[in-house]
Amino acid sequence: MQILPILDTPAEVVPGGSPSGPIVLSTRIRLARNLRDFPFPGWAKEAQRREIFTRCIEAANATTQMKKAYVLDLTALDDLEKQVLVERHLISRELSSASPGAGVVVSRDHGMAVMINEEDHLRLQVMRPGFQFKRVWKLADALDNSLEEKLDLAFSPELGYLTACPTNLGTGLRASVMMHLPGLVLASQMEQAIRAVNQLGLAVRGWYGEGSEASGSIFQISNQQTLGESEEDIIKRVTSVLQTIVEQEQNARAKLLEGDSVKLLDKIGRAYGTVRNAHLLTSVEAMNCLSLLRLAADLTLLPDTERPRLDRLFIESQPGHVQLAAKGLMEGQKRDLARARFLREQLSALPPLNFDRAFEKN
Amino acid sequence: MGDSLHCDLCGKPATVHLTQIVKNQIQKVDLCEECAQTKGVTDPEGFSLADLLAKSFAGPAEEPAELGAGNLVCEQCGSSAQNFKKTGRLGCAVCYDNLKPILLPLISGLHKGGQHKGKIPARQWRNLGLRREMENVERELQDAVKTENFEVAARCRDRLGALRAQLAAPAATS
Repeated sequence: MQILPILDTPAEVVPGGSPSGPIVLSTRIRLARNLRDFPFPGWAKEAQRREIFTRCIEAANATTQMKKAYVLDLTALDDLEKQVLVERHLISRELSSASPGAGVVVSRDHGMAVMINEEDHLRLQVMRPGFQFKRVWKLADALDNSLEEKLDLAFSPELGYLTACPTNLGTGLRASVMMHLPGLVLASQMEQAIRAVNQLGLAVRGWYGEGSEASGSIFQISNQQTLGESEEDIIKRVTSVLQTIVEQEQNARAKLLEGDSVKLLDKIGRAYGTVRNAHLLTSVEAMNCLSLLRLAADLTLLPDTERPRLDRLFIESQPGHVQLAAKGLMEGQKRDLARARFLREQLSALPPLNFDRAFEKN
Repeated sequence: MGDSLHCDLCGKPATVHLTQIVKNQIQKVDLCEECAQTKGVTDPEGFSLADLLAKSFAGPAEEPAELGAGNLVCEQCGSSAQNFKKTGRLGCAVCYDNLKPILLPLISGLHKGGQHKGKIPARQWRNLGLRREMENVERELQDAVKTENFEVAARCRDRLGALRAQLAAPAATS
């Protein structure tokens, strides 16, 4: 198992010191880059893809950011290992199904990853918990600079960084935030919110990116346009939309507590009972229970300090992680059994819900 | 609704009608089954009306170019415009030059205009400067040769050699 060293450190939603806040789980920036002298990965021949892989790995290894980084050749990983990396957001689904020459370099602290031969030759990613665009952009920019010292990148003064798909031209930047929006979901306002965000030129996706379901009320919001604006302006635009959503989520939560508070508290109480006592849990049910417990922490029914653990469990109760922990592939029901056991163990020391506090703050 | 809708692309009776909000503007498109298929409208993921509109409503001036453009092939990598239409991806960076007629209208529809305003890679920036200087020196050299000013010509040649070496330097280390 090549990826075991990476998994030795427990999964946080993303690593890096400060814990995530009540609504924004994490901030991520992705940069798409390509080498000037090679065809894009989808068009390149196998030998070229291998050459690209070697060059990019060499360049990444030479950067200070990727000192002692984990270097993984995707073809050497089994399906379960790849799935676990996808669940940790270290690689994309697209990379996990890519042909020879696909790889990833993951920094020691897991906060940075460089995917090689995905849709583009290089996909740089920097992730941090909570809302931290400034810091994340600074880190991504610096990593990009270090790589550029070693590699000739495809760039044009008019179109910016040239990418395999014209949708990523220009800055090649996707700025995204992972948000936990149970208030909007419970108030059935999420669809409306998604439409509004779309109108502003931003995309809303589920927890695992394109096409994934928004289980656990977790949504990813990111820019769609990459050309014609500077990196700072793109980040500003995403930030302002994000702030509006945070406000709406806060309003939705306040209303839920004012109006049908019993229904909400009942849901939270049941979720608490479920994760601590259930013997069969699907990943969707687990996500939804964890989501309600995270909301409970935001409402101070649980201590604040529980939030990082819940964020970690979101990832560790995904199918790949459950199977890896059980050391092998398992059928659906066995998996649900293992997941339920895992969550019972992990949450056995969870303090009782302090329902009186639901009304104090709001 | 007496006059039935026609496909915006080929004029056949339209059966697919789409409305999408792009940049706060409602855009509508009517398509026939065939065009809807080929334009990937039926694929719910990754389809954007903006993208389609950019292609189809680029204006009448672009039309003749578009017709010929469908057969464009990138000389650098051999990837074609048709391949791009099928996969949505280009073969190499030079495709942006070689398939320009089909890409430009698409790009301006997808993004906030067609001019990059973000980061410029430091080395490229320097190389751009070097290339500009080379062009200037080459021009100077030609003039010098014409006027038989061999002293200047020799100096220009030396300078060109130095510039070339500077340009090649990073490639040698990578």
